[in-house]
Amino acid sequence: MDDIEAKVIETITQLNDEENLDIDFPESYIEDLSKAYVKNDLTDDELTQLIRKLKMAYDRAHVEAGEAVGTVAAQSVGEPGTQMTMRTFHYAGVTELNVTLGLPRLIEIVDARKEIATPTMDIYFDEERRDDEEFVRTLANQIGKSTVNDIISDFNLNYGTMEVEAVLDSKKIEEKRLDREEINAAIEKAFKKADIKGDRIIVPSSKSDKSDSKFEIRELRLLADKVRDLQISGIKGIGKVIIRRDEEWIIHTEGSNLKEILDMDGIDHVRTTTNNIHEIGEVLGIEAARQSIINEAQNTLSEQGLSVDVRHIMLVADIMTSEGTVKSIGRHGISGEKSSVLARAAFEETGKHLLHASIRGEVDDLTGIIENIIIGQPIPLGTGSVGVKMDYKNE
Amino acid sequence: MKGFIKKIEQINFGLMSPEDIRAMSVVTVETPDTYEDDGFPIDKGLMDPRLGVIDPSLVCRTCGFRGGDCQGHFGSIELARPVIHIGFGDVIHKILRSTCNECGRILLNDEQIEYFTEKINEAMDSRESLNAILKEVYRVAKRELKQMPEDPDEEIDMKYCCPHCGAPQEAILLDKPVTIRQGDYKLTASEVRERLEKITDEDSFVLGVNPEVARPEWLVLTVLPVPPVTVRPSITLDTGERSEDDLTHKLVDILRINQRLLENMEAGAPQLIVEDLWELLQYHVTTYFDNEASGVPPARHRSGRPLKTLTQRLKGKEGRFRSNLSGKRVNFSARTVISPDPNISINEVGVPEMIAKEVTVPVYVNEWNIEEMKQCIKNGPDVHPGANYVIRNDGRKIRVRNEETIELILEQLEPGFIVERHLKDGDMVLFNRQPSLHRMSMMAHEVRVLPYKTFRLNLCVCPPYNADFDGDEMNMHVFQTDESRAEAKSLMRVQEHILSPRFGGPIIGAIHDHISGAYLLTRDGVEFTEEQALQIIRKSHLELPIFKGGQWVLKTNHDLKPDMEVPHDIEESYIYKEKGEKWTGKELFSLLLPNDLNLSYKAEISKCPVVYPIEDETVVIKNGILVQGVIDESAYGSFSGKILDKIVKEYGPGRAKEFLDRSTDLAICGIMKTGITTSLNDEEIPEEAQDRINEHLEKKMAEVDKLVESYEEGYLQALPGRSLEETLEMKIMQVLGEARDMSGSIAENYLTMGKQSDDDPYDHVMAVENHSVVMARTGARASMLNLTQITACVGQQAVRGGRIERGYLNRTLPHFKKGELGAKAKGFVHSSYKSGLDPIEFFFHAMGGREGLVDTAIRTAQSGYMQRRLVNALQDLQVKPSGLVTDNQGNVIQTMFGEDGVDPAKSDFGKPADLNKLIDEIRMEGK
Repeated sequence: MDDIEAKVIETITQLNDEENLDIDFPESYIEDLSKAYVKNDLTDDELTQLIRKLKMAYDRAHVEAGEAVGTVAAQSVGEPGTQMTMRTFHYAGVTELNVTLGLPRLIEIVDARKEIATPTMDIYFDEERRDDEEFVRTLANQIGKSTVNDIISDFNLNYGTMEVEAVLDSKKIEEKRLDREEINAAIEKAFKKADIKGDRIIVPSSKSDKSDSKFEIRELRLLADKVRDLQISGIKGIGKVIIRRDEEWIIHTEGSNLKEILDMDGIDHVRTTTNNIHEIGEVLGIEAARQSIINEAQNTLSEQGLSVDVRHIMLVADIMTSEGTVKSIGRHGISGEKSSVLARAAFEETGKHLLHASIRGEVDDLTGIIENIIIGQPIPLGTGSVGVKMDYKNE
Repeated sequence: MKGFIKKIEQINFGLMSPEDIRAMSVVTVETPDTYEDDGFPIDKGLMDPRLGVIDPSLVCRTCGFRGGDCQGHFGSIELARPVIHIGFGDVIHKILRSTCNECGRILLNDEQIEYFTEKINEAMDSRESLNAILKEVYRVAKRELKQMPEDPDEEIDMKYCCPHCGAPQEAILLDKPVTIRQGDYKLTASEVRERLEKITDEDSFVLGVNPEVARPEWLVLTVLPVPPVTVRPSITLDTGERSEDDLTHKLVDILRINQRLLENMEAGAPQLIVEDLWELLQYHVTTYFDNEASGVPPARHRSGRPLKTLTQRLKGKEGRFRSNLSGKRVNFSARTVISPDPNISINEVGVPEMIAKEVTVPVYVNEWNIEEMKQCIKNGPDVHPGANYVIRNDGRKIRVRNEETIELILEQLEPGFIVERHLKDGDMVLFNRQPSLHRMSMMAHEVRVLPYKTFRLNLCVCPPYNADFDGDEMNMHVFQTDESRAEAKSLMRVQEHILSPRFGGPIIGAIHDHISGAYLLTRDGVEFTEEQALQIIRKSHLELPIFKGGQWVLKTNHDLKPDMEVPHDIEESYIYKEKGEKWTGKELFSLLLPNDLNLSYKAEISKCPVVYPIEDETVVIKNGILVQGVIDESAYGSFSGKILDKIVKEYGPGRAKEFLDRSTDLAICGIMKTGITTSLNDEEIPEEAQDRINEHLEKKMAEVDKLVESYEEGYLQALPGRSLEETLEMKIMQVLGEARDMSGSIAENYLTMGKQSDDDPYDHVMAVENHSVVMARTGARASMLNLTQITACVGQQAVRGGRIERGYLNRTLPHFKKGELGAKAKGFVHSSYKSGLDPIEFFFHAMGGREGLVDTAIRTAQSGYMQRRLVNALQDLQVKPSGLVTDNQGNVIQTMFGEDGVDPAKSDFGKPADLNKLIDEIRMEGK
């Protein structure tokens, strides 16, 4: 492919030199041209013509200066919202996972929520490991949350001795590929008085000496729940994991912890991802967060069968990330940080903005849209952003 | 020329000092009353004529203008005791907390003061928000000593002391809303004011009070401005009773308490009484500013309705900002019910004569139009192309009323006058339907004045407005300046919006009958006699073909791409018809296409399992002739029309408008020849089919029972990560889904568009028998799902994404056993709509339906708010001539719009051009 791309670029430079066409295509166009070249088996002459035609189309399709791209983007993203469903459906193909979709998810994205309703991760593996089932399963059990409850064969409350008895199941431990030592360590750490004898674990109720029998049974039952829910393995923030094989082994998780997953061995760092935008921003940086906003919004929309041009979503993502942190659309983010007092007052929290402006001596220099509408002047956008100057001495 | 138009450069915000308020005041209001019994305003009362007048018969005592011209003048109230301004309660608290209780200096050392001063200056220069810096200041300057030591000589950690005078700082607390406390001691407003007075200008700057426009002590009010009467007009009811504005009521309360407080203080009343009255005054002033402040019971009108005071006037959707400043009521607008009219062009709107006579267009009279204007004036205000007003050269506006005025005006009329004439055909107007979610919700149409009382619009523009005719109303606005008219004409006309900027495809296009009509017309084998064909051509306003040398020659008008020369082989795109020869529907449709149009695609009906004849599913257009295939939704429907898309993009919006107008006409004419009808018979299937469906449903029910049994017996295997119950639900849902789908597809086998003629195997004509199916398959309306629900089985009803769960304890209805898990007990509807639902099914169906309605109601509110936020955040962005995308402060958001600078509205589904199309074109040209 590279040599074809080189050929396309060469043809373009040639055209530029010979005919002064001033062609400056984005990279993706070169790729498309190369693909078309191969697919349609073009002759060199046809390629030249194709480039010329594309250049013409490209020039024609250019945005005009003064265009209100912001408003158009906002409308294009907002308008399909009315056609979306509210329900959360299952994740495409993975019936076992519930993922927020539709309008609630879109709102979540533009709100830049720190805590999203259903964080999930898709974990991919590097080339050596992606077909290694044993490795994937071991890793999945390391990642996924396991509790004592998952590995016991028998569980009893001994009301006579006020003890909780659990019997570990070696088969289940084996299946989950857990380490016996680690399990014991985890139990001992959580319950200091725990007595571990082989498979048998006995945890005595802590307050057995202070006898208030009324509460003692309750205590014991609470303890039993604690023992059962004790986490013995897994990464913080991750719950259930689901292992799937399409063309390769993939792990889907409920909950997300990008930082720690990326630190593990055998993970494909490029494709492994989470749907938590803030996490991506923290771990991989603001550009990755921007891309993540674009991907998530685009997926949410196209999943509902709504087509929205990426450029609109890009603009939303860009304004959310343009200052280096992920900011929300709304009063706590972009709209609340506008420089114009009138623009902020007209959006939300009218009183607060006016009062603060008055003691701080703020100045509104009326460069935005809403301010000019409020005071009744033409807006500085589109046809309002240009003026006519006439030299009337020179008739 | 109307003279210079001044431009507002900037607005500076600031606080008014007591001196400012007194200087501005024209009267010190003292009497807590409005009018005397004789109806005259009380001197020094709240309606003092010096505060301005509303009644045009009165003269303002301050400015001498009459009511209407006098804009009103402020008065003032001298408060007997200072009160805290409710809006600044928390600011005062923060300031006091950050300053020394003794010396009043800010609790920061000189270094910190310098650091923050610089930071604030920086932020102010770059117009950035000060919030973050001030928050930091308040945090750093907080030096609260939890408990003052009992022994006064005890050493106190320096971090709790003022860095300037060394005094220990006791905690200052705010009891919402406005009570400020130092430890256990409650500070009076006077004391608060005294403390604020001590703060130096330099310190107050760091504390967020800009000394250029405000002083901290001004946050505590000593004198209250009284707004002019024009701000709080009283209204006279029909009964002659006078009703005062809420603000006036509140001011009366304030004055009354103020007066009592003053009297008590002068009389030397006990401290307790004075304090009580002071608190009451504070309450009234507080509610005067904000009647919804937290912690303050709202002041109420006698009727119990909370008063609408200053904050409430500005705030929220009905407040001044959103309701009166960001949007305004306008003249020259109209609103009425809409109804369809397929006979007008897509860029026209039918305007009722009644409206046309009411809303007018101002026309400058000149020597070329003076006769026409004279005729308008002669017609008067009641005859259609008439006029309502004439504005003379001297600016006086005269109403065209009766014979006398008409004659008078006609005598005077000369170039330079402005005639406000009635709306007439061809005028440009703006047409809009709420909710205006995207720019296509407001487009410029040409007027067609029509009888009756509804706005008429072409059906193709329903999708962009999202309009239907079940009682929808729409608005129309008439341009009043040439500039606006010209701008709308080039930017807002309907044809300029055929392509949606959302995805770069057509949003305006054929719908419903246009599509089934075109299908019925262009099916293989549809033929018309010469007479019929010519009738259709005529009726759909197509150009009549020429008759030459004993034959008809079609498409000779050389309709080509803009700027294309007529190629030498143009005759390939002609169609010749011998006299008396039959015309096919495809030939008729070809009349609409440009001569050099070449296109090939799969028709919508190709999604149909059996297409007869099979050739129809592939559309081929060669040299503007529809060689093969039928015209349906994918040809020229809104959102998906391929031919339409190509025409807009390559032949321009004007040609596309023409194409749409004519093709929809043709489709309607076609449908009038072939006929279209639908009835319940269309959903009829033979008994054997019904038996098969029933049999199938029974089988599936047995399957469900088996699943339930296996669950109850305990040998159902849970899916990974799911509980047993969830697994069962999922499996049952799956089986029931299959049950519906299968019964649907059984029914679909019998639901075909029509039959191939048995008698004559060579006859291509398929007799169309089932128009319901035609509509579903061509994409005109409805889907096969709808039809099979009517015919075969409605299927599972869902609430909250699962089977129906709620109702009685452990069961949905008392007709079932507790804990029953079967299909019927959880909302599966076996019946079809046609056979009718039994009461239980009907109830479940209503549950599902209700959820849908609730869902829609919530969704519109949510998505509306999301859109408002998006628009608000992005509205200031624009493309600069350099190609940068910047906001109004000049911050660059993107260096190139969308990474390649392509406008999606001008793109081909997001790409500047479809390379495959270009290659086809090149090869075609190369031939």
